[in-house]
Amino acid sequence: MSTEPNVLDPLEIAETWCSDGRKVALATVIETWGSAPRPVGSHLVIDEEGNFQGSVSGGCVEGAVIAEAMDIIASGTSRILEFGVADETAWRVGLSCGGRIRVYVERIDG
Amino acid sequence: MERSTLQAINAARAARRAAVVVTDLADGASQVFPEGAKFPPEWDSVIVEALRSGRAGVTAVEGRSLFINVHLPPPRIVAIGAVHISQALAGLAAVAGFDMTIIDPRTAFATTERFGNVGLLAEWPEDVLSSRPLDRYTALAALTHDPKIDDYPIRAALEAGCFYVGALGSRKTHATRVERLTQAGVPAEAISRIKAPIGLDIRAASPAEIAVAVLAEIIEALRRRDPAGRAGGAR
Repeated sequence: MSTEPNVLDPLEIAETWCSDGRKVALATVIETWGSAPRPVGSHLVIDEEGNFQGSVSGGCVEGAVIAEAMDIIASGTSRILEFGVADETAWRVGLSCGGRIRVYVERIDG
Repeated sequence: MERSTLQAINAARAARRAAVVVTDLADGASQVFPEGAKFPPEWDSVIVEALRSGRAGVTAVEGRSLFINVHLPPPRIVAIGAVHISQALAGLAAVAGFDMTIIDPRTAFATTERFGNVGLLAEWPEDVLSSRPLDRYTALAALTHDPKIDDYPIRAALEAGCFYVGALGSRKTHATRVERLTQAGVPAEAISRIKAPIGLDIRAASPAEIAVAVLAEIIEALRRRDPAGRAGGAR
């Protein structure tokens, strides 16, 4: 086993970032409808500076999730975010593939 | 999520133990249950079902909205033979997210100069597999052409229910392999699970191309496998 965390493994990254003293949030796809780029259970890990690894979509909504995650790192209150088709919810980011996803974002504490 | 919960998930994954994480979406409380642990009776059926199907999702239990995530052991490739194809396969496997181990008792082949940081064991498969057994989350690719080295791990992989068992060699080589395995008492149904000639038929010619064909066949076996977790490739 190498000591470097695998950059393709968000949970390993999350643990390493925590031990480095960084504040960390974990985003998880909890539900999908229609065509969704990443399956339920997929993770994105974010730190308080907005660094991230992993994915919850094909790059469509990560920006919004990262912004929310930075708030959640500050407040400690978990939230469920929902993203739909881009043109139905033009006031916010969406998925161009036509699917809908729900993403649970929580802070890693302790 | 508590940091200790994250650590417990990663510990189970590192030990190649399946684990289920139950998160109460109302208050964010989450708990980890490794395979084989005692589950709370009210959650027992959803945890068992998640382990069986490998599927994550939101479910309601006694009026509580729960997110059930499943972490099955990361798929692993064990290659028998530190040969040219294995060198290419090691690079591809890392990119595709597979752990990889290469076993070859021939120390001239199994050198770190040829393989760098890949898990490389210059030992007989019999010795390696007794301490690090195969499991159903493992693909076995036998690549030496040498029955003395390949036959034992092929039999072990069939017995362990590896989701993929592939063996390098022409149709003729495979026909003699089938004869040997049959004489050794391996059931015909098990022998029929061996992919040979190895790799998807993409007319691969070079060792790197054959490695692509083998990895593609492994991915197909992984994604098509029976969700109940029976022997890989079963239809």
